[in-house]
Amino acid sequence: MTELKSSIDFTKIDKILSDYGYEKTNLITVLQKVQEVYKFLPEDAITYIGDKIEGLSPATVLGVATFYAQFSLEPKGKYEIKVCDGTACHVRGSLPVLEAIKEKLPMENGKMTTKDGLFSVETVSCLGACGLAPVVVINEKVYPQMTPEAITLIIDTLMKEEGR
Amino acid sequence: MEKTALNTDIKKEQDKAQELIKKQGLRVLVCAGTGCVANGSMQVIEKFRELGADVAVLSEQDKMTTVPTGCHGFCEQGVLVTIPDLKVTYVKVKVSDVEEIFESHIKGGKPVERLLYVDPMTHNHVMDDEHINFYAKQTRTALKNCGNIDAESIDEAIAVRGYEALYNVLEENDPDKVIETIEKSGLRGRGGGGFPTGRKWRFTAANKGGKSYVVCNGDEGDPGAFMDRSVMEGDPHKLLEGIAIAAFAVGADEAYIYVRAEYPLAIKRLRKAIKDAEERNFLGNNIMGTNFNLTIHIREGAGAFVCGEETALMASIEGERGMPRPKPPFPANKGLFGRPTLINNVETLANVPVIILNGADWFNKMGTETSKGTKTFALTGEVNNTGLIEVPMGTTLRQIIFDIGGGMREGKKFKAVQIGGPSGGCLTEEHLDIPMDYDNLIKAGAMVGSGGLVVMSDKTCIVEVARFFMNFTTNESCGKCVPCREGTKNMLAILQKIVKGNGTMEDLDKLEELAEVVKAGSLCGLGKTAPNPVLSTLKYFKDEYIAHIKDKKCPAGVCKALKRIVIKEEICKGCTKCARNCPVGAIEGTVKNPHKIDQSKCIKCGACLNACPFKAIVSE
Amino acid sequence: MTDSDKKTLFINDIEVEFDKEKTILEVAKKAGIEIPTFCYRPDLTQFGACRMCVVEIEKRGIQASCTMPPEAGLRVYTNTKKVRKIRKTILELLLARHDRECTMCSKSGSCELQKYSQEYGVTNISFEKIKEEDLLPIDTSSYSIQRDMNKCILCGACVRACHEFQGLGVLDFYNRGYKAKVQTMANKNMFDVDCVNCGQCASVCPTGALTVKSNIDCVYDFLGDREIKTAIQFAPSVRVALGEMFGLKAGENSVKKMYAAARKLGFDLVFDTNFSADLTIMEEANEFVQRVVKNENLPIFTSCCPAWVRYMELKHPDMLNHLSTAKSPQEMLSSTIKEFVPKFYEGVTKENLKVVSVMPCSAKKYEAKREELNGQTDVVLTTVEFAKMIQAEGIDFKNLKEEEANSPFGGYSGGATIFGASGGVAEAAVRTAYNMITGKDLENLDIVPLRGVDAASRSKEAVLDIQGKKVKIRVVSTLIEAEKAVREVKEGKADFQMLEVMACPGGCINGAGQPISCKDSKIKEERMEGLYKEDKSLPIRNSHDNPEIKKLYKEFLETPGSKLAHHLLHTTYSDKRKGSYLDLK
Repeated sequence: MTELKSSIDFTKIDKILSDYGYEKTNLITVLQKVQEVYKFLPEDAITYIGDKIEGLSPATVLGVATFYAQFSLEPKGKYEIKVCDGTACHVRGSLPVLEAIKEKLPMENGKMTTKDGLFSVETVSCLGACGLAPVVVINEKVYPQMTPEAITLIIDTLMKEEGR
Repeated sequence: MEKTALNTDIKKEQDKAQELIKKQGLRVLVCAGTGCVANGSMQVIEKFRELGADVAVLSEQDKMTTVPTGCHGFCEQGVLVTIPDLKVTYVKVKVSDVEEIFESHIKGGKPVERLLYVDPMTHNHVMDDEHINFYAKQTRTALKNCGNIDAESIDEAIAVRGYEALYNVLEENDPDKVIETIEKSGLRGRGGGGFPTGRKWRFTAANKGGKSYVVCNGDEGDPGAFMDRSVMEGDPHKLLEGIAIAAFAVGADEAYIYVRAEYPLAIKRLRKAIKDAEERNFLGNNIMGTNFNLTIHIREGAGAFVCGEETALMASIEGERGMPRPKPPFPANKGLFGRPTLINNVETLANVPVIILNGADWFNKMGTETSKGTKTFALTGEVNNTGLIEVPMGTTLRQIIFDIGGGMREGKKFKAVQIGGPSGGCLTEEHLDIPMDYDNLIKAGAMVGSGGLVVMSDKTCIVEVARFFMNFTTNESCGKCVPCREGTKNMLAILQKIVKGNGTMEDLDKLEELAEVVKAGSLCGLGKTAPNPVLSTLKYFKDEYIAHIKDKKCPAGVCKALKRIVIKEEICKGCTKCARNCPVGAIEGTVKNPHKIDQSKCIKCGACLNACPFKAIVSE
Repeated sequence: MTDSDKKTLFINDIEVEFDKEKTILEVAKKAGIEIPTFCYRPDLTQFGACRMCVVEIEKRGIQASCTMPPEAGLRVYTNTKKVRKIRKTILELLLARHDRECTMCSKSGSCELQKYSQEYGVTNISFEKIKEEDLLPIDTSSYSIQRDMNKCILCGACVRACHEFQGLGVLDFYNRGYKAKVQTMANKNMFDVDCVNCGQCASVCPTGALTVKSNIDCVYDFLGDREIKTAIQFAPSVRVALGEMFGLKAGENSVKKMYAAARKLGFDLVFDTNFSADLTIMEEANEFVQRVVKNENLPIFTSCCPAWVRYMELKHPDMLNHLSTAKSPQEMLSSTIKEFVPKFYEGVTKENLKVVSVMPCSAKKYEAKREELNGQTDVVLTTVEFAKMIQAEGIDFKNLKEEEANSPFGGYSGGATIFGASGGVAEAAVRTAYNMITGKDLENLDIVPLRGVDAASRSKEAVLDIQGKKVKIRVVSTLIEAEKAVREVKEGKADFQMLEVMACPGGCINGAGQPISCKDSKIKEERMEGLYKEDKSLPIRNSHDNPEIKKLYKEFLETPGSKLAHHLLHTTYSDKRKGSYLDLK
């Protein structure tokens, strides 16, 4: 057998796969667990899963991974900023909040993570916290009734904590 | 039908549970729904518990218990604290307020007025739910327990008759009669389409014999609706009971609840509820001593709106891309893993136990001729009271917006209400008094959908709203069928052109034509309804579209590209601050002389607006 | 007018009877109305994606006819204003994002998008069109298949074919909504993934997105070079499909016109792969008998299908010992021609002889490039490519005077001709193996249980009594069925001694090099019937009775499996895993 030269620790993935019985129907759960480990889905991991689960192929697994918004093929930042763009948040000004974030955290074209890997920014569909619109979630913590000023302040605080 | 002897006595269980609750003494209910948690309800609970540890000092009761509950629905006013024995609801409670509530009201009997809800119309302080219009005008059945019980305690659920309906059904042991009751109740699917629930059960039950499944659709993807989340977070046992009754009726022994991954709290509570129910033998094998078995699994979605469509949802449970499959075959014949499957949404199933308990007649007395019972709506936008509400079918928009919603925010003028999310449409002033039910809304060009209600004022641009929804469906289209994949994208392109002021009248015709093709030609409900926001706004607000196209003006003043920022000559002092702040050098002028903005260079960033110390710059 | 057990519905107000038809589309076809569709393929699962097949049904509104089952009394209208509006809009929407350089497209003329656009009179596209700078590069890495995603309309037929026929999933959807694409894993080149080159993706593709690569130019180079002697060979199934390109019925045997056309095109020597199919049987049957005697490496797996061979090398490199070492007929003939033709024909040398083969197959193009085979076959053309050459030369194929192939290396038995249908190789091998063991011929040469190319016949078995010994033969087509058989072998559950595998559903008659047949399941059955008809009509039906074969062994090869036979007619296999995690660096 060829020696494996991947940055991926396949034993970790094997553990997840065996927890879910190498079952095709558990693919989405498996991907969620793998993403918990790496904070994104590395290409090698996708190939591995596609080879290991019967009835799947790497292309199929990638197809599933790219269908669902939750999965990311690029590493996410230490702080994952999610700006809700549900109806309520949109009507109450989620876009100015997003613009303020993007101004604060400039990113390369097409990328969603800052160069230092500290922050990643994305818009998400309704988080169901419409009463608090507009809402921003940073690593599971919900920040209600955001304004461009408030979010700038929050990011400043996080940056300070990181010594930047 | 012969009655089975069950090895569980639900009445006894209820007595025991009620006894436990009595022992809690004074119950302080703190909302621990997603909204209130974000506002710090966990700290509030902790503080109450810390203070309540000293039990001797309490008035009347000898003990106080702080209960974290599910969502009250009035999220904007969170953290909500309700003390039923004191007939009080406090709003916007912060951890720093807890001590005052405790000392002044709980110990001293004197309410803390500043933390009471202020009626937006009368400006009076209101003590409790019965007098808060937001609650008083609702009829809560599906949401009845949300906010009133500890969602994580099965005892609290049992105390309010949880699992009694399941017990009755199992004791009677007549699946057909259960279906008959649901049929007679007139319950229709609450997920959007409004298909008669009983009929769906009947179709699925007709394929009894082999393996069948029940699937609970908790993939509440409508941006702006969160009733299913509230039920799952606030009263998970009611949902489980509804699923169990449905499974019994159609002969299924396995069920899946498909929950959006965006709802971690709902997932956590459901998992606990399933475990607790299994321990009590309300789920699992030989439920309550009968030969009825049911295993309930939870599947977390991964962020795809289209998975709310039933065939896409099944594909997703099977581990595939959530692409809808053609119907027929219908799930009742060939659904999950190719087996007969009953799919109902959360709210539908949450209505089941109460129908069984109170009877079909009790339920079908509420509502209109064709739509029975109550419906939850997520009320958001430019109204004073936003949140989750439940009203009888047939309630008018006027009642919802002006009574429950407390009227328009900041006295703005009502313009329209968008109902049913990206599948729905916009309704106007003229629709305020039509009784809302499935059929009336369809007639008016909207749909109940999952029940999102976004109230819009004259400061909301209708074209921009249509663009927003089109953008949503374009991004959420699975890409399988051509009309939806390519059609929505091209519709969006036209709308983008219009809000940028580049639209033509031909574009408008093209938009309408394309909308009809997408609606008629698409494979699934997402595509078939995606043009609704456009079609309904074109119908009722064509003038506004034309204003964007012909006059290059956004009447609501929302569309950035159509905005003009100008300097009022008579006010400008020529301080040059604006010119120095302009990032693109669009402002010309000399010191002490009025400045001018070159509109061809201006990017409408608003930097000058903020910079001007004399308020001489305005956006029009 | 209807009997009580007869069910009818109305299509454009004409009453049509239906019985086993699963969809309105099929009922309409029966009534002589071909409803347009891109994604409907009778041999694949229903998909319902392209929506071209929408019809208007009274009281049901617009419905997709490819997924809607017929019901008695339905009133279906296939060409209402609304229906036409939807279809035309769909075409416009697709064309807006399509690379519309039709004249430069290899699918031009047989492209369904092009055909419907013409039929529906699409003269203007009112939507935002794709810009030239947004066009994606074309993947030409594979020896067999060209992938041009600028032509893809996302009907998903290729994705389904790769999954449902081969269980491979080389191609799948990527992303969603208007960003959706069909691609390989991480959009790698086809050469760098586990593609077996079967080409079924291309044969179900309605546009030029997936096409079988063309090597016509190379053949013209040979033909135009006076120094070069050209030999051509034709695979068994070509003779019953080529005529379709010239208005003949599917299954009509045009072998002798085919030879004549080849000579008209300028080929010096016209041979027939059927000859080497007989040779393959001699070697393979001998190998089978030897293995049975020694009781080793059983069951024996046939090795004629290069897609199947590659599949084994990619997925089961630990079981290559089961594969017959006999080369495929194409390679046997090329090797034989290169070795012996210079001895028979003046002016022909190993160096100036070029061998062109006409195959029903895209994988044969890959096979010819296999290192183990040393480039004996110089160019592989598909049936369709050969037809295009005939068309380009202006040859009136239908009215050609029939000619014979050159001899030797042109004569064949009935056993050879049935190679073209799934089950044929096994049937021919059994006829000869029986003779090798018993010295007698089978009483009945027709082994009916091994015949059939419909979906239900993708796995079939026959048991033979050979001198009291029961021999079980399993025949499968599609790799998903092959995988099941291999699993059985792996798990020690296999009770068969021979496994014939063809990667294409129904075998070579349905190969990716054949004229388009994906919209009609019957075509492959008609082609199959054409082959069995020829088998029945030939004076010699056993490979071992072919006089040319006898002569070849007598004069040169001595016996099957001899040293020279091994050197010339056998090959080796190796682990070729690619694109899997084992490859990760």
